[in-house]
Amino acid sequence: MTIYSVYVINRAGGLIYQMDHTMPKTEVEKTFSFPLELTLKIYDERVVVSFGQRDGIKVGHTILGINGELVRGRQLEDGRDVLEMIANPDNYPIAIKFGRPKLSTNERIMLASMFHSLYAIGCQLSPEMKSSGIQVLETDSFKLHCLQTHTGIKLIILADPRQGGVDALLRKISEVYADFALKNPFYSIDMPIRCDLFETNLQAAVESSERSGMYGAGI
Amino acid sequence: MSRQSGRSSDPRKVSQELFTLTYGSLVSQLVKDYESDEEVNKQLDKMGYNIGIRLVEDFLARSGERRCNDFRETADIIAKSGFKMFLGITPTVSNWSAAGDEFSLVLDNNPLTDFVELPEERSQLNYSNILCGVIRGALETVQMDVNVRFVQDILKGDNQTEIKVKFIKRLEDAVPAGEE
Repeated sequence: MTIYSVYVINRAGGLIYQMDHTMPKTEVEKTFSFPLELTLKIYDERVVVSFGQRDGIKVGHTILGINGELVRGRQLEDGRDVLEMIANPDNYPIAIKFGRPKLSTNERIMLASMFHSLYAIGCQLSPEMKSSGIQVLETDSFKLHCLQTHTGIKLIILADPRQGGVDALLRKISEVYADFALKNPFYSIDMPIRCDLFETNLQAAVESSERSGMYGAGI
Repeated sequence: MSRQSGRSSDPRKVSQELFTLTYGSLVSQLVKDYESDEEVNKQLDKMGYNIGIRLVEDFLARSGERRCNDFRETADIIAKSGFKMFLGITPTVSNWSAAGDEFSLVLDNNPLTDFVELPEERSQLNYSNILCGVIRGALETVQMDVNVRFVQDILKGDNQTEIKVKFIKRLEDAVPAGEE
C-alpha cells in the first residue's frame, strides 16, 4: 500500500506543490573488475546503461556514483570524466552505483503542464458530450489519480495500482488545501505553496490513508 | 467566518459573539481610517472579495456541491448551504427578476449586526458590506460574474435586510477544461 507522490497544479497549468512520499528504492551498487560487462552510452548528458542487464542493474539505469563519490551528469564532482575513468584499467576494481535519476524540479514543472494539456485534450477527444478530463491514468507500476475542483485546481496522486481509498484522500487533500494554504494570509493564490502547516497536514492525511487503504479495492 | 456555537465538537466553530465583535472592531477601525462612508463600503467589499475567492474552495471541499448550470440553483446553494455553513442562518430567496438573472437574499437576522446601532451621520454606511464582496469573490472563482449590493438594511430603518445579486455573465475564458 503505497502513495508515491502528490502534485497540485493551478488553473494555468503551473506546478504549485509537489511532495514525494515513498519512492521505491532503485539504487544498486556493485564492484566491477576490468573489463566492464555493461555497454554504456551518453544520453541527455547522463551515462546510461544501454545493454547488458544483470544483478539488478537494468537497461536505462544511470550512473549515480563511483567509489562512493557522486556523479553529476557525465562527470564526477571533482571534474573527472566518468567514461574515461571506466575505460582506464588502472582504476579497477571499481564500485559503481546505478539507479534511476530523480526528476529535477524543472522536469516536474514541465510534466505538470504537460498533464494539464493532456487533461484538456481528454475532454476534447471524448466521443460523448461534456466529458471530464483524465481522472485515472493507469500503468503497470503506478496509477495516477486526478481530481479537478470546480475552481480549476488539479490535485494529483501517484499511487500503487492496488491502493484503495485514493478518491477519499483526494477530497481530504482538497480540504487541507482550503484550510492550510488558502486560509494562510501570507499565501498568494496560484503561487507555489510554501506553508509548513499545509505540508504537515498533507503528510498526516497521506499516512492515515496508507494505513487504512485496502489492496484490490481501488477504482 | 463563524458558526453558531453549541455543536462544539468541531474545532472550527467559534462563538458567534466573538465573530460579531471582531467584525465590529474591523468596521469601526475602517470608519476611523477613512473619511467617507463610501470609501469604507468599498474597502469592506474589497476585503470580502479577497475572503470570497479563498473561502469558496473551503465551501466546495466541505459541502461537495456540484457545478450550477442555472442561476436559480446558485441562489439556492448560496442561501441554503453557503450562509448556513458559515453564518448559521438561511436567508430567504425572493424578488426574482422576470429574466431570472437577479434575486434578493432577505436576511431575517444578520449575525454581523447583533449589537449594532447605526449613528445618524453614518447613513451611507453599509455595515455588512463585506458579505457583498464575499459573494462576488466566491462566484467569480466558479466563473460567474455578478453584481452584489445592499438595497435594504434594518440598521437604516428598513423592515428587512436585503441583498440583491445580479448575474452579469459567465466567465467563459476562465472555465476550466472538462467543467462545462
